Amino acid sequence: MPKSARLAVRKTYKLFIGGAFPRSESGRTFVVNGDNAALASRKDARDAVLAARAAQPKWAGATAYNRGQVLYRIAEMLEARRREFTPFGVKADEMDATIDRWVWYAGWSDKIAQVTGGANPVAGPFFNISSPEPTGVVAVVAPPSLLGLVSVIAPAVVTGNTVVVLAPEAQTAITLAEVLATSDVPGGVVNILTGKYAETAPWLAAHADVNALDLTGVEHAELAAELERAAAGTLKRVIRPRPDADFTADPGLRPMTALLETKTVWHPKGE
Amino acid sequence: MFSYAPAPESRSVVEIASSYGLFIDGAFDPSKDGNVFKTVNPATEEVLAEVASAGSEDVDRAVDAARRAFQSWSTLPGSERAKYLFRIARIIQERSRELAVLESLDNGKPIKESRDVDLPLVAAHFFYYAGWADKLGYAGFGPDPKPLGVAGQIIPWNFPLLMLAWKIAPALATGNTVVLKPAETTPLSALFFADICRQAELPPGVVNIVTGAGDTGAYLVQHPDVNKVAFTGSTEVGREIARSVAGTGKRLTLELGGKAANIVFDDAPIDQAVEGIVSGIFFNQGHVCCAGSRLLVQESIAEELLFSLKRRMSTLRVGDPLDKNTDIGAINSAAQLARITELSEIGAQEGAERWSPECQLPDRGFWFAPTIFTGVTQAHRIAREEIFGPVLSVLTFRTPAEAVEKANNTPYGLSAGIWTEKGSRILAIAGKLRAGVVWANTFNKFDPASPFGGYKESGYGREGGRHGLEAYLA
Amino acid sequence: MTATASIGLSDLRSFLHGLPGVDKVGVESRAAALGTRSVKASAKASAIDLAIRMVDLTTLEGADTPGKVRALCAKGRRPDPADPSCPAVAAICVYPAMVPVAAAALAGSGVHLASVATAFPSGQAPLEVKLADTRAAVEAGADEIDMVISRGAFLAGEYNRVFDEIVAVKEASGAAHLKVILETGELATYDNVRRASWLAMLAGADFIKTSTGKVAVNATLPITLVMLEAVRDYRIAYNRQVGVKPAGGIKNTKDAIKYLVTINETVGDDWLSPDWFRFGASSLLNDLLMQRTRLTTGHYAGPDYFTLD
Repeated sequence: MPKSARLAVRKTYKLFIGGAFPRSESGRTFVVNGDNAALASRKDARDAVLAARAAQPKWAGATAYNRGQVLYRIAEMLEARRREFTPFGVKADEMDATIDRWVWYAGWSDKIAQVTGGANPVAGPFFNISSPEPTGVVAVVAPPSLLGLVSVIAPAVVTGNTVVVLAPEAQTAITLAEVLATSDVPGGVVNILTGKYAETAPWLAAHADVNALDLTGVEHAELAAELERAAAGTLKRVIRPRPDADFTADPGLRPMTALLETKTVWHPKGE
Repeated sequence: MFSYAPAPESRSVVEIASSYGLFIDGAFDPSKDGNVFKTVNPATEEVLAEVASAGSEDVDRAVDAARRAFQSWSTLPGSERAKYLFRIARIIQERSRELAVLESLDNGKPIKESRDVDLPLVAAHFFYYAGWADKLGYAGFGPDPKPLGVAGQIIPWNFPLLMLAWKIAPALATGNTVVLKPAETTPLSALFFADICRQAELPPGVVNIVTGAGDTGAYLVQHPDVNKVAFTGSTEVGREIARSVAGTGKRLTLELGGKAANIVFDDAPIDQAVEGIVSGIFFNQGHVCCAGSRLLVQESIAEELLFSLKRRMSTLRVGDPLDKNTDIGAINSAAQLARITELSEIGAQEGAERWSPECQLPDRGFWFAPTIFTGVTQAHRIAREEIFGPVLSVLTFRTPAEAVEKANNTPYGLSAGIWTEKGSRILAIAGKLRAGVVWANTFNKFDPASPFGGYKESGYGREGGRHGLEAYLA
Repeated sequence: MTATASIGLSDLRSFLHGLPGVDKVGVESRAAALGTRSVKASAKASAIDLAIRMVDLTTLEGADTPGKVRALCAKGRRPDPADPSCPAVAAICVYPAMVPVAAAALAGSGVHLASVATAFPSGQAPLEVKLADTRAAVEAGADEIDMVISRGAFLAGEYNRVFDEIVAVKEASGAAHLKVILETGELATYDNVRRASWLAMLAGADFIKTSTGKVAVNATLPITLVMLEAVRDYRIAYNRQVGVKPAGGIKNTKDAIKYLVTINETVGDDWLSPDWFRFGASSLLNDLLMQRTRLTTGHYAGPDYFTLD
């Protein structure tokens, strides 16, 4: 008989807020695949918005080159830690696509403004230029898959937004958070809440300090409509549910442009 | 004293019929239930015409017409759509004097503005988007972008024909068909535009004009066969519209209210800054969503600047909109006048100091003297709420950071102004202001090539420029 | 000289450079807007008469002769011989050599006699020559001196030199009114126009004048607007009123009325007088007369009915 089998150390999957991994302030947990995960509450959502708001100006103010470097670092860390996702059913090809998606978005950091902005030839002695700016704090109901999760986080953060993500798959999402925490992503840029999004999403949809609401992962049309109505209270930008989204396809620009504002600056031209 | 004799533009260049029907499927018809409303000249309170009030069945008919027209309009080669729009642009140029007088009659705005600002921009907008119709694949929205279908569009009364152009030109260029509802107090120029569509032989149903009040607009927004809603107006109504399209999948763009900060630094070109402040708040009687209604002036020059501003305001000429020398025309409606009056009284009650130059206002019609409030703080209602009239709130600041903080301390985010001779300061401040349009050393400039639209509760989506196409493309 | 004493000469540069800048696009669009004012009927009639009274009827040609100058003076005294209600012009403006002729021709008329001096138009002569030029003109009967500043010195940043010259010419002018020609077309920027205006006023100018009429760009409405703003602000600061004279390029009534509108809405009534505003012009007068006749007779006038001088 072998020596007694070693008892494995189990991990509690906690929330990811402001760069730290707190438990839910509510003390609630739920069990997922035998592990405990934090069940986020409305107050956790509130804290996450605070963290996202606090991080946003500096993140948006970082150079595009710097944001690109940070995002590329995430891809490096993902590649290094890819096996950590295997237990949650992430197949090799999805993992490849996920890493490649980060790399793709990392490259957009200093190109999106050139593609979506530029000088406008107005009929007068004025210099007129449009440039994209982040809308601010984005609340996201993420789809369950890792590729889907990355496909909603990356376009938001590469453009200078900060996010509060409601993730239906706690283990995948928090493992990603651990990657982010060991990359160079400043605390608060990405915040991840696990648990029942139907419970927390309405608070974010109605939160007056949230600028945009991404409903990509919402499965029930009724709930999506209710969230969209709540978002109208402060006229948030809304990305509607995409139940048939194929995350392996070329995302195009829309996931980024939907979270960008266009600012146009005029100045006279005179000697 | 050098006084100018009256210099009225001739009213006879425009013939207004006594009544107008709805423009649906290329024809003017009365509303199903025969309801009408009157549109008045706000400068005289004279009734200009009776206009049909569209009910739900009329809106149904208009949407049906637009849906039928969509089949052929959306499949017409872009180059052909372009030519229709070019035609429309030309007709507008040719009829611009007539349309300018009409706009001033129905809206109350000074003829020099309808003549020199509104109408040239209307024509330019159609010219601009006409050229896009056969180049959409190069616009950056994919190689073969598709129109959305039927667009329901609701426009305000402050720039009736210009807002129509901002809505209709990009919608048609991209292959959509439209049902447009002009504002209840200014329906006439849209109805004249309907006539221009006929003159241009635009296929029936591509443009439909349904006149009416808020109910008509609500029917249109809620109509199940509308694919796209575009609204310009108040934030309150915008919020309602956003709620009502929630869950329907209809695309939505909103261009809403504002409370723009016009920031003047101590090194500003003062005389031009004074002009910019004046045009920022008194252009179009202050009925401008992007008006520079909060003057933020650096405390070190506040006294001097206010002295200059008051002196300049004393030369503003308020009165007959058709007089070519009028700077400030009539307030658009009794209701709007009541709101401006109420908020101004609140401003005085809250302790701000009110000042207007001496000016004689006509006995009839709706008028409000250009007004400034000094000693205003961020806590005053007149510093927070959109007044939408010729009323300026003056606040001071000490440092650039304080200016930015105060400028951004509002739920709105449509526009802002910066006045300083220091280039690096302009670029830094412009980057920090949460507003869709920033005018540096100028104000209230518009161009069809320049995207316009707000941050935050000033709405979403952009009108104008390449960006303006996105709202109408799948 | 309290004005000049109150700012040390060593501070002149920082003072001038501390004046608010002028945004070119803004000032030009303001001037264009003022130019769209519509002045009709009775307002137009009184504007035309005022404009005539503001004209410095000018001849500054190498080919000027006593005969030419006498004819011009006659025209200035009675611009429209057919209509005695037509006012006289403000002044006749000639070279110093022609001052004795003009003085005789204008005697008792109330029409002022202006003479350009100080090595007009370039100003490129030693100071003593300029002062002698000035004294000669005054002694011969000129009661207004139109001097030119040294643009070269101004553009080289030698503000004190320009200042001192104006002070010296002012002194040499004695009781004659001193108009200081900035030659704005050579100063090139509106910022320079504003600085030169203040410099001239601080040095004692009674009038500031745009141009000699001898360079490519003469008076324009936005340049005049900037100068009007300067005299307005200067009066607030130093409690002394200075006049403005656009010269060159103002050819017709429509233009002249734009200037009057600009005065009206920038500095107001106080400057709407020949004592404080002049047009340096020659061909303008006949157009004013034709428009005047058009208003009094109700039909369009023809050039054959007005004197050539």
